[in-house]
Amino acid sequence: MASASTNDIEFRSVTKNYGVVTAVTDINLTVPKGAFLALLGPSGCGKTTCLRMIGGFEQPSEGAVLIDGREMNGVPAYRRPVNMVFQHYALFPHFNVEQNVAYGLKQMRPKIAAKEIDRRVAEALEMVRLGGFAKRRIHEMSGGQQQRVALARAIVNRPSVLLLDEPLAALDKKLRSAMQIELQTLQRDLGITFVLVTHDQEEALSMADVVCVMSAGRIRQLGSPQEVYDRPVDLFVADFVGKTNRIAAAMEADGTTLRLADGSAIASGKRLASGDVIAALRPEAIHLTRKAAPSGTSFKGTVTHRIFLGSSAEYAVSVPGLGDFLITADRRSMNESDLVEPGEEVFLGFDPAAIHVFPASNA
Amino acid sequence: MPLPHATKRRLITAALVGPASVWLFVFLVLPFIAIIVFAFGERAPEGGYQAAFTFEQFANLGARSAAFVNTLILAPIGAAACLIVAYPVAYYLAVKASPQRRLLLVSLVVVPFWTSLLVRTYAWMYLLGARGIPHLFEFVGIENVRLINTPGAVLLGIVYGYLPLMIMPIYVSLEKLDRRLLEASADLGAKPISTFFGITLPLSLPGVMTGVALVTILLLGEYLIPQLLGGGKVFFIGNALVDLFLQSRNWPFGSAIAVTLVVVVVIVLLVAMRIAWRVAGTRQVDLI
Repeated sequence: MASASTNDIEFRSVTKNYGVVTAVTDINLTVPKGAFLALLGPSGCGKTTCLRMIGGFEQPSEGAVLIDGREMNGVPAYRRPVNMVFQHYALFPHFNVEQNVAYGLKQMRPKIAAKEIDRRVAEALEMVRLGGFAKRRIHEMSGGQQQRVALARAIVNRPSVLLLDEPLAALDKKLRSAMQIELQTLQRDLGITFVLVTHDQEEALSMADVVCVMSAGRIRQLGSPQEVYDRPVDLFVADFVGKTNRIAAAMEADGTTLRLADGSAIASGKRLASGDVIAALRPEAIHLTRKAAPSGTSFKGTVTHRIFLGSSAEYAVSVPGLGDFLITADRRSMNESDLVEPGEEVFLGFDPAAIHVFPASNA
Repeated sequence: MPLPHATKRRLITAALVGPASVWLFVFLVLPFIAIIVFAFGERAPEGGYQAAFTFEQFANLGARSAAFVNTLILAPIGAAACLIVAYPVAYYLAVKASPQRRLLLVSLVVVPFWTSLLVRTYAWMYLLGARGIPHLFEFVGIENVRLINTPGAVLLGIVYGYLPLMIMPIYVSLEKLDRRLLEASADLGAKPISTFFGITLPLSLPGVMTGVALVTILLLGEYLIPQLLGGGKVFFIGNALVDLFLQSRNWPFGSAIAVTLVVVVVIVLLVAMRIAWRVAGTRQVDLI
């Protein structure tokens, strides 16, 4: 297919209303060819609406969606060069595995020869490692296998964009991580654009190379997983993508000194206008020690809870004057090999550069 | 002393199924046994039943072949006509209509069903009779239009009377059809017409089969519509039975016809279930 654009998908000032309810507002977004984009946000943030507008199941109320440089307004789903892996898969229950996968090929005009259809179906099933399952009925397949059938059915048409609507939500944890790797591999092998909708930040960060964080129908941040995690643009993103400790503070007039509630001052990594601010700190950015660090910022607190996670542990630490902190400690990086017990006194230390500061009104 | 658990459970089961079982035994099983016994008997000289064992009644079935032919032709045609009218209605109700309008329209389908079929069929008798629609034709110069007492009139009465029974099961099967399957079909490049024949229709077949079986079975025993709109010219097995039992009092022959009818109904049911299972690819087809 001759490409008309270097972008596979483009949203131009897209707004979608359902009656008086606005699902998405003024979305501008470009997805370069071959990208793996994750639309990430809580339920009701408009991510699924965006996906459905690419698929052709919804039409924008304002603006335009472009696929491969062509405007798609008014173009029905069956004329779009995209395919979708539906939430809960939407496999046809009256067809077997092979018939499900062949369905899209049989719709193509001019018609594809039966032999060619068989070859491509077998190839697609091989790709999702379901080689021996062609004649199985759908209800005889497990959830993970149904997921693969849905994938094979969507990729067999060789779409320029593959849409995935919460594809792993119905799978158990082990299967989910296995499928994350498989989806990434599949995307690299096929070389086509993937657009994934998910509310699971771990899924978005692990698979995508571009993450689009959405909330209340708007894009909050667009960037690589590392950017979104390490440099969240606002408190919403900081909270939604990963866990965050919020510390109420005041920014001094110099714009770089943070005055905490207990009176201590720390240097902020980022300049901000003076006034009430929220300092955000990742749980893994805090070091937990039994002895006070010789230098740098350090707070004394008491461990109130511990959640043992195997390779790491999460601690809740109460610091007088500052409130509760959540700390994730990698067991190998800890100074002591043994775990800290609830009730113990500990010291919290962190690098001021790890602090993100946001205006308090932003919360 | 409290009863043992198992005894108590058995008592509860008996209490639940007991009344219905007694009812069915007295008013269905016993009469049916009587009918079978009658069917192999002879007509008493003064009418009624006289004990005997003979296949004479069954050998004589040909004497009422017209009733069998009418029933076995008009019942499937009637069911098919109902289906053709009902499917688009059910499709509109289940797929296209907005929720508020759907409620109104579904009640419009069901409400006439609450009025006596006798009264409604009588209304058709007048509409199709000489003073009804044919009378209107005369105004525009079309004379001698005969509508009443024709197979067409019976068919019209059938479609009118049985339409709700066909609409409802189809509506239910279309209503529970997963909309995402239709989106998946469109997503895979199927035009709306292909989606209908490839996905919607096959998945609504259990409802279609339920409706067809329901209407066909009831039509095989239909008496009222052929009586009123067929006027004795287009008569069904039901009319022949009334005639034999109440007029000529030939109980054994009537019984033989009734037994044959039951056999036909059972065959129709079995065939319909077979087809529904095969097409829908599932064993979960409830016919009634």
